[in-house]
Amino acid sequence: MSNKDAYWNKTKNHMIVTLVLWAFFSLVIFMFGSELNTMSFLGYPLAYYMTAQGSLLAFVIILFWTANKQEKIDEEHGFSEREDD
Amino acid sequence: MFKGDFIQNLPKIYGTYTGGFIVFIILMALAEQAGVSAKNIGVMFVAFTVLIYALIGYLSRTIQVDAYYVAGRQVPTVFNGMATAADWMSGASFVALAGGVYFGGYTYMAFLVGWTGGYVLVATLMAPYLRKFGCYTVPDFIGTRYGGNAVRAASVFVLFIASFTYVTAQINATGTIASRALGIPFEAGVWVGLISILICSMLGGMRAVTWTQVAQYIVLIIAYLIPVFWISSNVGGGIFPHLMLGDEVARLGELEQQFGLVKNSAADMKAAGVPGGLKYISGTHSGVPEGGMAVWKYLSLAICMMVGTASLPHILMRYFTTPTVRAARKSVAWSLFFIFLLYSSAPMLATLSKLALMDPNLPTGIIGKSISEVQSIEWVQRWSEVKQVFIADFNGDGILQLNEWFMRGDVVVLATPEVAGLPFVISGLVFAGGMAAAMSTADGLVLAISNALSHDIYYKIINPKAETAKRLLVARTLLVIIGAAGAYIASFRLTSILGSVAWAFDFAMSGLFFPLVLGVWWKRATREGAIAGILAGIISGTVYLTWVFPKFSVPIWGGVNTPFLGIDHLRFGLIGAPICLVVMVVVSLMTKEPSPATQKLVDDTRIPTGKAILGKQH
Repeated sequence: MSNKDAYWNKTKNHMIVTLVLWAFFSLVIFMFGSELNTMSFLGYPLAYYMTAQGSLLAFVIILFWTANKQEKIDEEHGFSEREDD
Repeated sequence: MFKGDFIQNLPKIYGTYTGGFIVFIILMALAEQAGVSAKNIGVMFVAFTVLIYALIGYLSRTIQVDAYYVAGRQVPTVFNGMATAADWMSGASFVALAGGVYFGGYTYMAFLVGWTGGYVLVATLMAPYLRKFGCYTVPDFIGTRYGGNAVRAASVFVLFIASFTYVTAQINATGTIASRALGIPFEAGVWVGLISILICSMLGGMRAVTWTQVAQYIVLIIAYLIPVFWISSNVGGGIFPHLMLGDEVARLGELEQQFGLVKNSAADMKAAGVPGGLKYISGTHSGVPEGGMAVWKYLSLAICMMVGTASLPHILMRYFTTPTVRAARKSVAWSLFFIFLLYSSAPMLATLSKLALMDPNLPTGIIGKSISEVQSIEWVQRWSEVKQVFIADFNGDGILQLNEWFMRGDVVVLATPEVAGLPFVISGLVFAGGMAAAMSTADGLVLAISNALSHDIYYKIINPKAETAKRLLVARTLLVIIGAAGAYIASFRLTSILGSVAWAFDFAMSGLFFPLVLGVWWKRATREGAIAGILAGIISGTVYLTWVFPKFSVPIWGGVNTPFLGIDHLRFGLIGAPICLVVMVVVSLMTKEPSPATQKLVDDTRIPTGKAILGKQH
């Protein structure tokens, strides 16, 4: 397998992991909204908290994490851009 | 001034700008103390900020094609994040989001999740690859990847429908805010708004829009956050509302029990003469509605908004402006961070605003008081005059019940500072913020449309030999025409027939999402597949919209139809996008696989290094 193919396989797997996390915070937890709302976080009902703030924050964290991880994959395979590009 | 080390000096320039804006706010506060009228303060806020944007627009003028289309691809990560956030957050987000949460509760907040979660799709599936491609516009990618004028024109068609639906609403919002702040008629406000928008974008294209959007983001975020924190400490919500409103949310639950959530009949409301567009609280603040259909309603709305976000050209094109592919990825993360600052504050503002009005223990509370007493409050009088609030004593007991208090959603953002006893300077600041939000989005949209028409239709299809000067002249002329067309429609208040902002998301996801994603992720996708997919998606989505939306279905289909599987007019992308996918895959597999040259082009798109597919000047 060429370096390019190996790079693309890793990138693909990374994309899938990111989208699984995304689906968890955007869809899966809201399938159980009424159950979650009986629990509380910071004094807020949990489902209310997640839709008002929690999931939004999770997306921000996912995005920084995923960008850093992808940069590592780039480096490993020698596809990292020069800073002054 | 905008040469050489301008980019290195950005933090200093915008730091100074922010400092200057804060000094301006303080000066206005002093002016208010010295007796300058509230109206004049509002005028000065809007005039001062719009003049600054116009100045930035003028200084960023350019005669270079790549500066005009993609800001010379030198916008640093964090600044592009701010510009995208301003591009994204519309006048409607700024003035209507908190009101939506106030009245709609949990179900409405599917919009919050949808309008943020979509950025994960942008970052993983699209932005870095489109940046590597080196296109000027979204149809530029589709046209080059699949090859041919037909597919290019089809994608411009979808872009036009989606963005134009959105832009009239933005020009409408600009006009509303300009007319309120400057005290001029709405029609005049629309044209003032349009001129402000054009000054920012005409001379410098994407470069000018980028640097004004950064300035507009700074104004809008200050204007949104200062009131939230201040109101919170005024009504006892704590100094950091985002982490400290748990008790207040619980208290709202108790108050809902105490006052009772009553549904008014339509006949009662009509008899009492409640003005259109005003709402009352009839649902819980933090409760989750029960049942499978309620869950599906939430999820389907979130899906449409997320997928739509990842297909909207005016957002995707912001990531063409970063210096590198890596910067494009990081820039998406920064964009969402800056959006998060406002979106996570909207539910807090809704909570505080509701508490201020409902809690009898607070001096601002009005529910449960006698109606004559409430009607003598100054802000109630002022907002009643313009039909933004309304009282209907249904049970005739002279006491204001929860279901007897009507209010327009915008009032949550525009009036809560007054309600909570903040000085007027804050209301002036909120006007400036709303204007910044509406202008920045309108700028981005008008530019997305006119760039697609001038680059993809004029230069790529009609006249490929056109010289730079001619191309830019055409681009600028189209910009003025599109802006004027939007303002013309907005000034006749025809926006109501164009329906909701959500439609833009559904149109975009129906025709653009899968052609973009598969263009990068599936080499086997062919030109014929893409053309068939785009057309099938946008046509089926639009036909379904006319079928499900009563205003269209009565004249066209002769009656009101029940939405299929709960897919109403806000969610019609759930019909268009799957059809687009299926048609695109089937037709692609039936046609000959793309040429080796196209496959190599896709391979090159997938790795960050190496030459861009399209040259620096194309």
